[in-house]
Amino acid sequence: MQVTRFLKVAAAGTALGLASQAGLAAEITGAGATFPYPIYAKWAEAYKAKTGNSLNYQSIGSGGGIRQIQNKTVDFGASDMPLKPEELDKGGLLQFPTVIGGDVPVVNVPGIKPGDLKLTGPVLAEIYLGKIKKWNAPVLTSLNPGLKLPDQEITVVHRSDGSGTTFIWVNYLSKVSPEWKEKVGEGTSVNWPAGVGGKGNEGVASYVQRIAGSIGYVEYAYALQNKLVYALVKNRDGNFVAPNMDSFKAAAAGAQWDKAPGMYLILTDQPGKNSWPISGATFILVYKSQENPDRAKEVLKFFDWAYVDGDKLATDLDYVPLPDTVVRLIQTSWKTQIKDASGKPVW
Amino acid sequence: MSKTIPDASLKKHHRLDQLFRHATRFFAFLVLALLGGILVSLLAGSVPSVRTFGFGFFASAEWNPVTEQFGALVPIVGTLTTSAIALLIGIPVSFGIALFLTELSPIWLRRPLGTAIELLAAIPSIIYGMWGLFVFAPVFSTYVQPALKGALGSIPLVGILFQGPPLGIGVLTAGIILSIMVIPFIASVMRDVFAVVPAVLKESAYALGSTTWEVVWNVVLPYTKIGVVGGVMLGLGRALGETMAVTFVIGNAHRLSASLMEPGNSIASALANEFTEAVGDLYLSALIELGLILFLITFVVLALSKLLLMRLARGEGQKT
Repeated sequence: MQVTRFLKVAAAGTALGLASQAGLAAEITGAGATFPYPIYAKWAEAYKAKTGNSLNYQSIGSGGGIRQIQNKTVDFGASDMPLKPEELDKGGLLQFPTVIGGDVPVVNVPGIKPGDLKLTGPVLAEIYLGKIKKWNAPVLTSLNPGLKLPDQEITVVHRSDGSGTTFIWVNYLSKVSPEWKEKVGEGTSVNWPAGVGGKGNEGVASYVQRIAGSIGYVEYAYALQNKLVYALVKNRDGNFVAPNMDSFKAAAAGAQWDKAPGMYLILTDQPGKNSWPISGATFILVYKSQENPDRAKEVLKFFDWAYVDGDKLATDLDYVPLPDTVVRLIQTSWKTQIKDASGKPVW
Repeated sequence: MSKTIPDASLKKHHRLDQLFRHATRFFAFLVLALLGGILVSLLAGSVPSVRTFGFGFFASAEWNPVTEQFGALVPIVGTLTTSAIALLIGIPVSFGIALFLTELSPIWLRRPLGTAIELLAAIPSIIYGMWGLFVFAPVFSTYVQPALKGALGSIPLVGILFQGPPLGIGVLTAGIILSIMVIPFIASVMRDVFAVVPAVLKESAYALGSTTWEVVWNVVLPYTKIGVVGGVMLGLGRALGETMAVTFVIGNAHRLSASLMEPGNSIASALANEFTEAVGDLYLSALIELGLILFLITFVVLALSKLLLMRLARGEGQKT
């Protein structure tokens, strides 16, 4: 009896404590993609220092993020692969991009330095299909007349784990090669026709550095920070471009977000003189109809702050911030689409 | 005399005894309930995949997340092959280690060597994986693989196992790393059981003029076979379920290849790689069914080892 009474008092006390805490500072929760985790963590830190509100983001992978938001265990989900408009409608979800990144082909060929090698989308697809087997294949030597390419076998390296990086890569290959689209297709993991799989960016990078004659793909920030030997890729306008902040920005600027229903837009193979062809954005998923409008508002406040004040933090970590026009488009979609139970706009 | 212990005190003791018995029984049954719970949730999770693919799941080498066609053949073969390689290398080496430590080593060397082997067992598996990828694989691909290919590649039947480019990563590498990981387990169990063989038995054999090898083969091993089999099973259990170390070096390719030098996949590393990003119910369900298969393989191995031990025990009864 006494024990139960004590427990009741204690429980009431804890509940009170929790309630009062919730009143003081909100904690919003999110889960999903691993690719944007460093920047979300950085933003959360700065945001907490400024407002006292904290964000608890778990980088469990895009697939996990989508499952968590569908189960409503988190306030927002995060995915590197955008959901198709019909999937969004089915789940009653709204999606919007946060930052831009992309993939970079990296190679390990004796005598080749960063930026030396020139490749095109169709050639990359043929290499990944296992059809171009040697570095001195005629199609490679004719693309690179000034380079001395060795008579060496090409070892293809891909990601073994499902990943948004893979999605951007195979999405690009599908766009530029009908054969790839038909035989392999696109997804966060695919049935690779050739090569070996490394776990994570670091797995792919270490395989590429170890195996002579190999080619792999890693996320841009990873390639940059580890000074990997990247290759130039021919974009849609016919120019060979290097992966850097400007070429990613060019890809984002050329994209027509306002014409993409549900913001379903993948930045691969975008028009623009300088645009890097293998770019992609990472996305946030929230419910359009909010049972708890206060929490939803906290989520939107966080991203609003990130769009306005978070650009520098993003560029420091080698992510590319969204252009202002896109941010305005996103804010409009918040106003018009996210509503509470009674149909009143949350934002 | 009969009044020395008061009734109340007796009753209290009885009550405490009862409480203790129930509590221990509860803990013991909790393990069973957990096992049952895991099995049920694995079964329930794999229902969609079982419905779609049926028994074809075991025979299909297809693994295509895009078209949602899944088959477990490649990971099953990979798991069994890597574990077999691990035991093939691990058992003789462990036997040698245990033999040296109990029979041949100078007394002062036994403790440090024994401790070193136990320390090997305490190294986290990811360290083995990283060491395998960064240190072992380069050496293996530059020196060992070309030599293996040169020496064995042209022999019929066996040669098929050693084809392909020397990448340094693949099924063979995973098997060798696994063997290093299971050696401390098998060796320390073997050493412990070898040490309990009564000195009288060994001394009698030596007195009859046996060599060390004869003593070990005819006295020590028959006396300890149950413990030895137990140690091997412990090692096999670790090899079957090992995840991180294998993921690092197996190459993670869903392709069936006769060559041990080619990249492959194992059940545990397929799960570790793909679970987080498995989008779609069927994909997730296929992965859970893979987990169920691993559960069953481990169960069958355990059951077989029990059966083996029972047959060994029966054989003993007939001899005497």
